Amino acid sequence: MPATDVAAPLWASAPGTRLPHDVERVRRDFPLLGLRPDGRPLVYLDSAATSQKPQAVIDATAEFYATANANIHRGVYRLSERATALYEGARATVARFLNAPRAEDIIFTRSTTEAINLVAQSFLRPRLAPGDEILVTEMEHHSNIVPWQLVAAERGAVLRAAPVSDRGELDLAALERMLTERTRLVALAQVSNALGTVNPVREVVLAAHRRGIPVLVDGAQAAPHLVADIQALGPDFFACSGHKLFGPTGIGVLYGRADLLDAMPPWQGGGDMIASVSFERSTWAAVPAKFEAGTPNIAGAVGLGAAVDYLATLDAGAVRRYEAELLAYATERVAGVPGVRLVGTAAEKASIVSFVMDGVHPHDIATILDADSICIRAGHHCAQPLMARLGVGATARASFALYSTRDEVDALAAGLERVRRVMGR
Amino acid sequence: MSDLGELYQSVILDHNRHPRNCGPLADADGEAEGYNPLCGDRLRVWVRFGDGDVIEAVNFEGTGCAISQASASLMTTAIRGRTRSEALELFDRFHALVAGEEGDRPAGLGKLAVFAGVRAYPSRVKCASLAWHALRSALASPST
Repeated sequence: MPATDVAAPLWASAPGTRLPHDVERVRRDFPLLGLRPDGRPLVYLDSAATSQKPQAVIDATAEFYATANANIHRGVYRLSERATALYEGARATVARFLNAPRAEDIIFTRSTTEAINLVAQSFLRPRLAPGDEILVTEMEHHSNIVPWQLVAAERGAVLRAAPVSDRGELDLAALERMLTERTRLVALAQVSNALGTVNPVREVVLAAHRRGIPVLVDGAQAAPHLVADIQALGPDFFACSGHKLFGPTGIGVLYGRADLLDAMPPWQGGGDMIASVSFERSTWAAVPAKFEAGTPNIAGAVGLGAAVDYLATLDAGAVRRYEAELLAYATERVAGVPGVRLVGTAAEKASIVSFVMDGVHPHDIATILDADSICIRAGHHCAQPLMARLGVGATARASFALYSTRDEVDALAAGLERVRRVMGR
Repeated sequence: MSDLGELYQSVILDHNRHPRNCGPLADADGEAEGYNPLCGDRLRVWVRFGDGDVIEAVNFEGTGCAISQASASLMTTAIRGRTRSEALELFDRFHALVAGEEGDRPAGLGKLAVFAGVRAYPSRVKCASLAWHALRSALASPST
């Protein structure tokens, strides 16, 4: 994945060191991976849906509740000050991980979905006039389609989608041709959740910016593979989720360009997002508090900070090389099963193998694999327009993370042979 | 984990590979679509009445997993020749079979009893019942 060379300046390998990624050591950090349902190893190949959590994240969350829990920002006692410091420290940690210019550019949300909705409602909605256009791609997750549809319908704007090839690659030239004087925003995934395609986000950002059009990048599937670098990619907004990044559920991240965030109205009203309130008028707190109404997911943010701290103990370059090799191996093994056809064969991919099997529905594949405690996803992957474009109703999807192994890929391949036997293929 | 053979019985695999009464039905008196938003699977069911209240033919068409395809196919064979109220009563018994309490095995289901294994797979209950819900809608559709 050449695109990865720009990423993660935090942990670029020291010159001369090319130590391999020690996956067995890493696996010991993730307690759930040691489960043995029915006396056999659990084979968890659904990390694109949600990742497992290292003990450090579980401990940090429990430790917060056991030793530091208090509400943040307004308490004048030391316990509250400590909770505030942990919460704001997590913000700074996440900012460094994503290489955002400043910690204040990071807003904690509930999820990637909520981050995108925030941009749709607070940034885009006031700027949309009838006939204006929002440009996405055919490979977006529903969460990067529906929020734009909602504001488009309200404002009489048009949602357009840049085409994807049969291999699942974005047609960059076509996307550029679809940038018009009416385009108010481009929104695309850095990595497709359904296919694993890595999109040429930097090129899209440059093409859009040449025309003065802002860009939102859905980085939910990119961040866990250590390829998300906000300053290198240059988008105006970037969203990702804690739970796919080895952190807790219920915590997400929105990065926004400082001048845009400053100019945007609040999204939700409540405590913590105000400077002053009277019944005549209220004034808003500065970014990021302006967008964090109410008591946030403090423990979730602390847990996410711990996840990012955990990742910082690994060699990002070694992780990326390891994941690329594992993906190549998985691609070869899955494609080698008779009757299997890969869906999504882009030149640039990250840690996802999506496939169909002749005469066997993906749900049956997933149920039969589960009998061997192999967890994969089957269905439309919240990307129904992409499934329609590629002419499949659903696919089976195995997805990998920095703790996945070749043994697990072998188990998947053997499991797929069993699927053929059970289904009489 | 339950034995896979309980779920993928040979009758189910046979109906999946060779679905009966598959395709649009001419002169249907009622039709309806079943849609499972969780998986995106869709199927359509047509019914035609013969003398009085007796269902003369039921057809289905759609895409889905082996469970939903076989369930639709077996349903069409089980419903033919029954009255509307008998069909609705069979719906209730089938639903109790796949989604009911353990130990609650409704009688009189004939071949449909092969779906008893589904209850061990909660995420697959909707697959087995998709065609039946479409049938119930088709029986209630205005033209019938």
